[in-house]
Amino acid sequence: MTPLLRLAGLSVAFGGATVVHGIDIAIAPGEALGMVGESGCGKSVTWLAALGLLPAKARVGGSVKLGGEEILHAAPARLDRVRGGRVAMIFQDPASALNPVHRLGRQVQEALRLHRGLTGNAARAEAKRLFDLVGIPDAARRLDAFPHELSGGQNQRVMIAMALAGQPELLVADEPTTALDVTIQAQILDLLQALRRELGMALVLISHDLGVVAEVCDRVAVMYAGRLVEEAPAARFFASPRHPYAQGLMAALPPLDGPRAPLLAIPGGVPEPGALPPGCSFAPRCPQRDAACEAGVPMLRPVAAGHDIRCIRSAA
Amino acid sequence: MLRFLLLRLARALLTIALVVSFAFVVLRLSGDPALLIMSVDAPPEAVAAFRKAWGLDEPLWRQYLSYFGAIASGDLGRSMRDGRDAIVLVGERIPATLALTVPALLIKLGLGIPAGVYAALHRNSWADRLVMFLAVAGFTVPSFVLGLLLVLVFAVQLGWLPSGGQDSWRHAVLPIITLGVGGAAVLARFTRSAMLEVLGQSYIRTASAKGVPWAQVVRGHALPNAAIPTVTIIGFMVGSLIAGAVVVESVFSWPGVGRLLVVAVANRDLAVVQCILLLVAATMVTANLVVDLLYGALDPRLRRGGSR
Repeated sequence: MTPLLRLAGLSVAFGGATVVHGIDIAIAPGEALGMVGESGCGKSVTWLAALGLLPAKARVGGSVKLGGEEILHAAPARLDRVRGGRVAMIFQDPASALNPVHRLGRQVQEALRLHRGLTGNAARAEAKRLFDLVGIPDAARRLDAFPHELSGGQNQRVMIAMALAGQPELLVADEPTTALDVTIQAQILDLLQALRRELGMALVLISHDLGVVAEVCDRVAVMYAGRLVEEAPAARFFASPRHPYAQGLMAALPPLDGPRAPLLAIPGGVPEPGALPPGCSFAPRCPQRDAACEAGVPMLRPVAAGHDIRCIRSAA
Repeated sequence: MLRFLLLRLARALLTIALVVSFAFVVLRLSGDPALLIMSVDAPPEAVAAFRKAWGLDEPLWRQYLSYFGAIASGDLGRSMRDGRDAIVLVGERIPATLALTVPALLIKLGLGIPAGVYAALHRNSWADRLVMFLAVAGFTVPSFVLGLLLVLVFAVQLGWLPSGGQDSWRHAVLPIITLGVGGAAVLARFTRSAMLEVLGQSYIRTASAKGVPWAQVVRGHALPNAAIPTVTIIGFMVGSLIAGAVVVESVFSWPGVGRLLVVAVANRDLAVVQCILLLVAATMVTANLVVDLLYGALDPRLRRGGSR
């Protein structure tokens, strides 16, 4: 099976500090991949870099192949065809991700014009259809509204409609529900799942919320300090995470039943990008570490079919 | 909307009234026009007659009331120098001042905005640094220094342009440049920071993420947002079209409103000074009102009356 998109050795550095150290990951057509990790682990930066959306001062290396075609550092005109066309992206805070001075319909129609050549009434009709598709009530009237006139959840629906305008093969959703109320979160996740089923679109869901990922994704990739530390099918991952960091994350989730217990936390803090420990980045916080962990950065190695971890301690 | 306009209008009138009152008090307390206009050794009876003729012998509060009464009925008083209506005297000078300030405004806009936008788009490049260096220089050098410098180079040394007077368009070149450069510098700095602020916003990234070409992101998404704070500064510049050239008119002996103001203040020609200040306050307040209305047009978040 040829992957839809493959990142190979993708690295990102700001100034002197490397924040993403060679990410290798592939997405199959129609697949839902969850990228998990705490704030600052590089999960968003990885995908912004892949789509050429980081500011010019970021130094990006490696390779990003879309259907076998290299798009990293591609010419702007080619990237503009890809972005919003084959790969769309939505962001964390929908209120600030929409242009405050343009009507919502106009913002969606801009994408329709760029990627599908629709203008005038045809574009407006399609924008209304997309608004209906993502469940915006009173769609025709909302086309003429401004972002500040809608709630956060409604704005995120608009963002999704805008992302769908180019009929993308892959939607990258960067913390799409983090800024929303819990009930709205569930609605947006349901919407993303329904759209994915309906349109056969692949999804990368970037989140620090394991629950969100468990609900939506087929496969899970865990990042820590700029590296992938575990990658596994979702069912397998949530049943038995193998990397000590992933195990710590799962242990930190409050249990749904049983007596109340104090929440467990992983001791220590994430190392600064400029001051990573030698060897395994997680070693200083790891309950299973030994001297060998500090000898060198462990390789990502398979522990089962489709299940890789970056740890020398965890038994195969 | 109507309520908003009426409220703004009331505030505008209040501002003008305050400016005029302030000018009235300061002028009356800062020297006796009778002694300045008559010679120092004029007979006391003549000075007393002059005071009586202009109502200067009355208590201050009564002068103030009759002055406001006159303004309300449209009478801005007469010059104590030549007895002509102050409004006519000032009105004669307005075209000369506009002949400097309007072209200077065009220079400010035409030079300052593109330079600021360019600098922001090429942040930290040598072009950005050059623009910012020139902007800081243009902003910090006072206009009389710049004016004298230009006179020194282009009038005295090179002899290309006249150093003062108002006989031909060539006389206007140096004062217009002097006025325009400082404003362009201010506007360039302001535009640059407004653009940088906007370019860092999330919706700019959204536009790129949906495949909008960069030039279109700048034109369609960044500029309309950066225009909102920039309009404030431009409004201020438009508001100072009438009285923004006091120093430059003096340096270049340009017979505009600014020179008239300087002379009238020196002579304590009360009606003329007050007339000019009233005019200045009125233009500034009008410009501010227009800016407020423009905000509504530029930024839907500030529009009143809810969604359509």
